[in-house]
Amino acid sequence: MNETISDGALVTALIAMLGGAIRVSTPFMFVALGECLTEKSGRINLGLEGSLVLGAMVAYAGSFLTGSPWAGVFYAGCAGLVLGALHGFICKLPKVNDIAVGIAFLSFGTGLAFFFGKPYIQPQAPRLEAIHLGDWTGDPRLAQALEVNPLFFVGVALAIFMWWAFRNTRFGLIIRMTGDSAPAAKAMGVSVDLVRFIATAIGGFLAGIGGAFLSLYYPGSWNQGLSSGQGLMAVALVIFARWGPLRCILAALLFGAAGALGPSLQSVGISQGYYFFNAAPYILTLFIMVASARSKAAAREAPGELSITK
Amino acid sequence: MSALATETHSLKKAPSLSALGMTKTFGAFTALGDVSIDVAAGSFHALLGENGAGKSTLVKCIMGFYSPDKGKVMLDGAEVTIRSPRDARAHGIGMVYQHFTLVPCLTAAENLVISRADTPAIINWAKERRTLDAFMETMPFRVALDAPVSSLSAGEKQKLEILKLLYLDQRFMILDEPTSVLTPGEADEMLGLLHGMCDRGEITVLMISHKFREVKTFCDRFSVLRRGRLTGEGDAKSAPVEEMSRMMIGDTEVRERAARAVQAGKPEMLELAGLCAQDDAGLSAIQGVNLKIRGGEIVGIAGVSGNGQSALVEVLAGQRVLTDGEITIRGQLFTPSRGNFDRFKVFGLPEEPLKNATVPRMSVAENIAFRSFDKPPIASLGWWMSKGPMRTRAEELIARYRVKTTSPDAPIETLSGGNVQRAVLARELSGDVDVLIVANPCFGLDFASVADIRSQIMEARNRGAAVLLVSEDLDEILELADRVAVMSGGTIAYVSPIEETDRNIIGQHMAGH
Repeated sequence: MNETISDGALVTALIAMLGGAIRVSTPFMFVALGECLTEKSGRINLGLEGSLVLGAMVAYAGSFLTGSPWAGVFYAGCAGLVLGALHGFICKLPKVNDIAVGIAFLSFGTGLAFFFGKPYIQPQAPRLEAIHLGDWTGDPRLAQALEVNPLFFVGVALAIFMWWAFRNTRFGLIIRMTGDSAPAAKAMGVSVDLVRFIATAIGGFLAGIGGAFLSLYYPGSWNQGLSSGQGLMAVALVIFARWGPLRCILAALLFGAAGALGPSLQSVGISQGYYFFNAAPYILTLFIMVASARSKAAAREAPGELSITK
Repeated sequence: MSALATETHSLKKAPSLSALGMTKTFGAFTALGDVSIDVAAGSFHALLGENGAGKSTLVKCIMGFYSPDKGKVMLDGAEVTIRSPRDARAHGIGMVYQHFTLVPCLTAAENLVISRADTPAIINWAKERRTLDAFMETMPFRVALDAPVSSLSAGEKQKLEILKLLYLDQRFMILDEPTSVLTPGEADEMLGLLHGMCDRGEITVLMISHKFREVKTFCDRFSVLRRGRLTGEGDAKSAPVEEMSRMMIGDTEVRERAARAVQAGKPEMLELAGLCAQDDAGLSAIQGVNLKIRGGEIVGIAGVSGNGQSALVEVLAGQRVLTDGEITIRGQLFTPSRGNFDRFKVFGLPEEPLKNATVPRMSVAENIAFRSFDKPPIASLGWWMSKGPMRTRAEELIARYRVKTTSPDAPIETLSGGNVQRAVLARELSGDVDVLIVANPCFGLDFASVADIRSQIMEARNRGAAVLLVSEDLDEILELADRVAVMSGGTIAYVSPIEETDRNIIGQHMAGH
């Protein structure tokens, strides 16, 4: 009798983790894809955390003011785009270090969001609707776990598109070219700065959308503690995914599952070590950074122009 | 390929090109003064000259990187205006640079397709592959299309660069020292193929070179530049090498080369036993390097770059960790540390001295004092450093080694390459030397500096030092070394006294046969 209960609890925990992984992974996925695009073009944008937080705030405000959560998502992307474009523009100037500028934009984006976001902490904005994929199962736990936000599918489709585009489009090849060998790109008459500017701007757009997911779906409200470093963890995630968009999805799901570990254990009544399990994504980040710093294979796949690999 | 198809009228036809009265000044400095060259259709033309003679300025003017102050470019007898490399490309003029312009992470096929001016926004790979395969069918040499360029050898990359020009239908080719990264075998194969294509009238080649042997063997005509002026031209097959070199060097007075003193039967000074080390990516860079060098002997290490020579020098200089093996000097175990360099009298002249042997922004005097700043007379009580003796010593060495600098206090990065190398030599050779480790000491230097630096190395040998000379320039090794060792695949593949070997045998071992 005791065993069946613990079995049931295990299944519940696993289902909760699956649902949690999908939910938590979505912002990771968007920021990681944005960072992947930027790094493929040969630049690192550590400021995506700032774009993420600003995106979250703008999305919430946009949704509250227009009444349409999707308009909020769009404004969030635009806010990220502006921050990304600024980063890209400043890095074009001579003797500017992209990592230092990124850290500045991290603070700038968050600060901006906190400053303008004060009035939106209280009110309720319309949230994004989930797609109910599991209602047919008749199992309320499964049904709840399979409530998937459309943005998750957008992210997956985007990753597949990026994977395809890096191989099969002119712009994809040019991005890989500027990321791997700026002299070669210049010799072909490609404006390296322009390509990187565009890639950083689009990367910012994606990070902004990731932020919109945070405030409009899960956790689903705007407050200052909304992002707990997802934007920075996404940088580690890109290294872990070895700059492959498809691998970014898997890595984001892994991070999502780690993030869902604490809450899902709590859902079956295990509250021991709650804070420890909540720290799982950070511990995972640490281990991944240590492991990939030692990984020769990762070093080989890194774009040659990145300031961390030079 | 659609763009190529529309230009079929020019297919298989080599253009002629003449540059008339080209002049280019940078401020008060005349880089190029009224230089004219004439490259006939289907000829293989060599452009000779020392560093700084104006060869690159000339080709950059032709390619549209610089706009010449005066002069014009005629293509097939008609004047053309070239304002940018893009214009040059449109006129079918292409260039292979010394540093490859291929993108390492892209495959050969991707590199070719993206280099086109009219790459479609979405690439239909099935169609592109068919046209690429058809194109390759017509070429005298092949390169694997699906491998990433980073996995190709230097020779294959060079071939791919040339294929790229042909793919873009650029039938006037400018090659900037194309054989500097190739084995002698690869170089001969490459030049032979180009020569054949010129003979068939498919391409016209203008090759920058300073290897007389290659020019004599493969080229039709040559032009020589010195200090921005055309100092001679002629038929490459019939002109004697002495005449070409006189045109290149002029009558500059060159310091007498140190004679090779007989140094028989000296004891072994340096012994490397089973050295192993990894490269940055953790792959084996050198494995089991064994070598003994006697005092008063120069052992030259030949090899195509990237076969472990840099790793070997870095291990000896303490820049890279030794994973296995031992270094012994006079029978005593040597670990590379500053104290031991001093105690064992080990000195070094690494490649790219500005990067590896100096602090670019510190002054010449400070850089010269790197090995002595913590010893009397510069330091007293072991820690107090006085500038006076440092400066005096620097002034003395600057004069003795003829380092051209505005002052001992000028940052060393403001010096020319040859003078940086002389300053480092002054630091490393002024004392008592037991072991000297030298890597590519004359890379990128002008003729007079080369002769000077080689004679300094020879003098160190004559004074009894064991010299390990790593060089990518086989002529340098043939000139200086008592014994030659060939590095291939991270290990020493062949050792022979210099008089018992020749260029061909060394070349075969370099290629790994």
